[in-house]
Amino acid sequence: MARPLSHRVMSFAGRALVVAILGFIILPAFVVAVASFNEKALLSFPPQQLSLRWFYNAINYKDFQSGFYNGLIVMLASSFLALFVGAAFAYVIDRYEFRGKNVIEGLLLAPLVVPHFTVGLGMLILAAQIGAARTFSLVIVCHVVLVLPFVLRSVYISLRNLDQRLELAAASLGAKPGRVLATVTLPLLMPGLVSGWLFAAILSFNEFTASLFVTVQRTQTLPVAMYNYVREYADPTMAAISVIFIVVTATLLALANSFLGLGKVLNVEQAR
Amino acid sequence: MLSRPADRAAEAPADVARDEAVRQEAVRLDGVSKRFGTSVALDQAWLKIGRGEFMTLLGPSGCGKTTLLNLVAGFLGPDEGEIFIDNALVTDVPAYARKTGIVFQNYALFPHMNVATNVAYGLKARGVAKEDIRTRVAEVLAMMKLTGFEDRRPRQLSGGQQQRVALARALVIQPKVLLLDEPFSALDKNLRASMQVEVKEIQRRLGVTTIFVTHDQSEALSLSDRIAVMSGGRICQIDTPERLYRKPADRFVASFIGEGSLLKGKLVRLEGDSAIIAVGSATVTVPAKPLDGVEPGSQVDLFIRPEHFHLSNPAEAALDGIVAASIYQGDHVDLYIDVPQASAARIHMRLSAREAAGLAGNGTKIGIGIGSEDLVAFPENRSQT
Repeated sequence: MARPLSHRVMSFAGRALVVAILGFIILPAFVVAVASFNEKALLSFPPQQLSLRWFYNAINYKDFQSGFYNGLIVMLASSFLALFVGAAFAYVIDRYEFRGKNVIEGLLLAPLVVPHFTVGLGMLILAAQIGAARTFSLVIVCHVVLVLPFVLRSVYISLRNLDQRLELAAASLGAKPGRVLATVTLPLLMPGLVSGWLFAAILSFNEFTASLFVTVQRTQTLPVAMYNYVREYADPTMAAISVIFIVVTATLLALANSFLGLGKVLNVEQAR
Repeated sequence: MLSRPADRAAEAPADVARDEAVRQEAVRLDGVSKRFGTSVALDQAWLKIGRGEFMTLLGPSGCGKTTLLNLVAGFLGPDEGEIFIDNALVTDVPAYARKTGIVFQNYALFPHMNVATNVAYGLKARGVAKEDIRTRVAEVLAMMKLTGFEDRRPRQLSGGQQQRVALARALVIQPKVLLLDEPFSALDKNLRASMQVEVKEIQRRLGVTTIFVTHDQSEALSLSDRIAVMSGGRICQIDTPERLYRKPADRFVASFIGEGSLLKGKLVRLEGDSAIIAVGSATVTVPAKPLDGVEPGSQVDLFIRPEHFHLSNPAEAALDGIVAASIYQGDHVDLYIDVPQASAARIHMRLSAREAAGLAGNGTKIGIGIGSEDLVAFPENRSQT
């Protein structure tokens, strides 16, 4: 029994659309990855001869080395700081009613609306006032502000999904508040905390616009170092460092997946 | 006053009896009120629950029964009044120090722990020694027929098993009061009945004082030693299931427990504790108490259970009615009858299958008699309860 022609056309068109969308998502990364293996000193596609020399170049380029190292420090410091601050705020917003709650929530989510360069510029001006314009602290504080909304949302959603009767049951069984937090609340919030941290870490490591303002040569992170490189050279080193970037990020995600399951981490599965 | 239902034992004149009653008190609420914003969730609740008693809080949603339970558990603090558990004032004692065990409707088992760890939670929190924890957990799991399930996670269990675990977890700490918050409503019908029997049996065997919250009247009637019927944040009546059914204190209790019909009647006179009511061409006697303040000659509403109507020959009948529907129920027949002279709505009459056998079909004119037992009347047009 043949389906009507229109159905078959629609079904084919649907599949084609999905393939096209996936293609648009994956193609840029694919092109860059392939270009990074080009033997010639050109950013071209497709490459005539393959070589690893640009990877070698990228890994040994001093600014990339220090940028990677700086980015790692900034990422770890800012993501954990944002995790603590964001989780605390999420808890307060979820559990307590008070005046000005909406204002606080709005302010905490504001970095989603304010352009990153505005945040960076503002931070730079403020830091210059107190002579902190050349410090790591400035970069870290700036990143905390930028990634905070993501941590906050992630933890907040997990808190919403947490059945408070579990905490009540624990309390009635004789557990004091600290014990309830340690044995019930935190373990059940773990997926939200991990996903919040993960988003914060990835965003911080990738952040460029605000970082451009708040970093100096000594504190520049990898994306800023890449920008500075591309202003002077146009060889496949850029493509190679991009591939390294993707590999690092993917490794982070894979780790999270093996620990908790990606569905849980990305909050698309019910955390229980 | 309805706001302070009498507790017969405590009102006994002899001091000895009163002291004994106080000693036997497991839970007492003295004028406890709770407001959320402007709405009153619980209004001046007075309640005494004896040791080992199975007390049910029964009412529709929003009647304050869950608020009352949460106040006893210590999850909420009252705005007014005092709460005592085992004669100790606990109004300001936090939940973790009250030694109550609670079973929620969704059981609230810790999803990240296995059955044994769930059950051991309360013992561990109280610092019980490891070996003791192991024996007590094993004991309670055996009692709940859960031996062998120690390593399962809650999501690997059926609804009934989850409920057993929740019960085991609450009972293993030997609570002073066991709090059950609609624990059966998530179970399917057959399982519900068998769990009810089981819970009641365990409750009786352990002699644990129990407060059970439900909106299901048949569940309340079959399980409870006493029931507190609640409506709009108020406790309407506290009594045994039988007395609630036979002597409802007000219109709400009458309509919430069991079935019945309202007939328009007239208060003829009061005679001591009794009131004489004229209804149709008959007069009946009802308790005077619910009619406090009603003047003779006023209209009243007479409340009659379906089984208290009977067929009568038209000459002696209290009422004339026309059969609107008759529904065969096997051992009995439910008749719905229009009685234009005495009621706006159809009345509901229950006959045994044998009595109903002689009746012709719908539209038949019949004479209805009213039995003399367990009738109750309420003032007319009282504000809706």
